[in-house]
Amino acid sequence: MKIVATVKRTPQRDTKMRLTDGGGLVTDQIQYEVNPFDELGVEEALVLRDKLGGEVVALAVGPDAVNEQLQTALAMGADRALRVDTDGELDPLQTAHALAGAIEREQPDLVLMGKLAIDSEQGQVTLMLAELLGWPHASFASRVEPAADGSSLRVTCEVDGGLETVDLDLPAVVTTDLRLNQPRYASLPGILKAKKKPSDVIPLAEFELPEAGLRITGYRALPAREKGEMLESAEELAQRLLAKNLV
Amino acid sequence: MSDVLVVSILTGPGLARSDAATVGFGRQVAEKLGCEVDLLVVGSEPAAAADEGAKLPVRRVLVAKHADLADGTGEARTAAIAAAAQQGDYRLLCAASSTNTRDCLPRLAARLGGPMASDVVEVRGADADAIALTKPCFSGNLLQEIELCGARNVATVRASAFDAPPETAQSASIEEVQLSGELNHPRKRFVELQKTELTRPELTEADVVVSGGRGTRGAEGFKLLEELADLLGAAVGASRAVVDSGWMPNDFQVGQTGKVIAPKLYLCAGLSGAIQHLAGMRNSKTIVAINKDANAPIFEVADYGLVADLFEAVPQLTAAIRAAREAS
Ligand SMILES: Cc1cc2nc3c(=O)[nH]c(=O)nc-3n(C[C@H](O)[C@H](O)[C@H](O)COP(=O)(O)OP(=O)(O)OC[C@H]3O[C@@H](n4cnc5c(N)ncnc54)[C@H](O)[C@@H]3O)c2cc1C
Ligand SMILES: Nc1ncnc2c1ncn2[C@@H]1O[C@H](COP(=O)(O)O)[C@@H](O)[C@H]1O
Repeated sequence: MKIVATVKRTPQRDTKMRLTDGGGLVTDQIQYEVNPFDELGVEEALVLRDKLGGEVVALAVGPDAVNEQLQTALAMGADRALRVDTDGELDPLQTAHALAGAIEREQPDLVLMGKLAIDSEQGQVTLMLAELLGWPHASFASRVEPAADGSSLRVTCEVDGGLETVDLDLPAVVTTDLRLNQPRYASLPGILKAKKKPSDVIPLAEFELPEAGLRITGYRALPAREKGEMLESAEELAQRLLAKNLV
Repeated sequence: MSDVLVVSILTGPGLARSDAATVGFGRQVAEKLGCEVDLLVVGSEPAAAADEGAKLPVRRVLVAKHADLADGTGEARTAAIAAAAQQGDYRLLCAASSTNTRDCLPRLAARLGGPMASDVVEVRGADADAIALTKPCFSGNLLQEIELCGARNVATVRASAFDAPPETAQSASIEEVQLSGELNHPRKRFVELQKTELTRPELTEADVVVSGGRGTRGAEGFKLLEELADLLGAAVGASRAVVDSGWMPNDFQVGQTGKVIAPKLYLCAGLSGAIQHLAGMRNSKTIVAINKDANAPIFEVADYGLVADLFEAVPQLTAAIRAAREAS
């Protein structure tokens, strides 16, 4: 099975982003990592490859800096990396077009993606890509079970009311949720090997993109909550809640 | 004239509370644009919901009815909404944020060739060029101001951030959407939906939520929280650590990756308040936290905090509330 796992570079998961006085993002001193949901996608791709054979291609759209995250995917065990090179900010639909261009060249059986990038929190590029390719998709996967011949997948999805199961004939797009697996750490030999693995770059100009339809115009802090009150005992807490008609 | 279409994906016989709130959102945009709001109901048995929708302040209710929309796949729902979109001239198509809408609206946006905003919490403005909206970003740590500049635009809306409009005396007209052939993707088959059995109110609908974290040590501590929840008529929620441990079903998770809620009262115990958890509950009206660690980040957002062992404090709290109620 040939699998593409998409990788986005996002600030480390517990980073508290700060604003400049002008409402911009403070970006110096920020450490980046592979978007946590994409890490789950890379892990699942490796598990499927090791079960069924084939290869795993880590794919990103972005500037040079993203090589760091592609290296992480290679160090985890991906076979090669592919980057669509751009310094510009793309909106989700443009990113989906760039990914679709690369995927049409690669012709994989499966694309594994994070359900959400934890920076912009859009959760859009995934299904936009599936639509552009004309492929079926399964969102929020917590379990991916391939058929013995590798032609289809049974996917369990975490949905609001419980768990939904769907069957997909490949090629298809699957997006990951937190409980899909426990991503491995890159080992030291893995990191050394990663440097020798093939890594290709495609200029963005090779693909046709629509005009950007989504503009980010600024950032704002959350409205502050008033400082709370610390109470001494459960009885006092009960009295307070009763007095405020909260219970 | 380019109007607003509010989409309701039905999961039961009627509309959800979040659908009415999304009409509230749609009206805010429409007032700025000077246009109309239509409602689209999508399902296999949509008649009752359509009648309910006709009482909301909308121009007309479109009804997309099809057998493929019973346990609808995202692909089938995309096809149904795209068909409905041709029965009007819509500048904005929007729906309350849920796993169902997140599983189809980005596909719809790509099909329409327009941009999308996810989890909108505010309308800042709208004119001929752009619809200006606000949404959370960075694990709910900041707000992002964005503009949708497409000819056709798509949005999911955080229902808790918008008020449902009052019902109107007149009924809106109801029109059927023409759907032909199969709506499902030929390579995807729905197998089953394993529904979580609920014995208490649903998290996103409840006024009071009692929630537990890893500190509950599972069933042992949750039993105490459930007693309190039953006394208060509350829904039960949980942190990721609890769901990962298999102590509670996945759809009980509150947070960035779980449900985003804003009840009148959110009372939690044994839960640290990680940034991703706060993303799901920090807009609750009143937050109460019980934690044995005085430095737990949950206290930074709590209106009332108690540093205590939950195994002692929760039963005491339940007993004190029960006693006060019996005395009154
Ligand atoms: C991409 C990503 C997405 C995530 N999404 C979510 C999400 O949607 N929702 C979510 O909840 N988390 C999410 N997380 C996980 C989050 O980072 C935390 O790991 C998680 O919320 C911790 O759960 P907890 O508070 O129950 O456990 P802990 O952080 O372990 O906290 C347990 C708390 O219990 C207290 N305690 C222990 N014993 C007692 C006692 N006897 N009495 C009183 N207090 C006690 C401790 O002092 C501690 O504060 C996400 C993480 C990532 C990386
Ligand atoms: N620039 C990018 N390069 C590679 N994958 C991306 C990029 N942007 C988004 N994705 C993928 O799309 C998913 C959803 O992203 P988003 O729509 O931004 O929340 C991410 O988890 C990634 O798998």
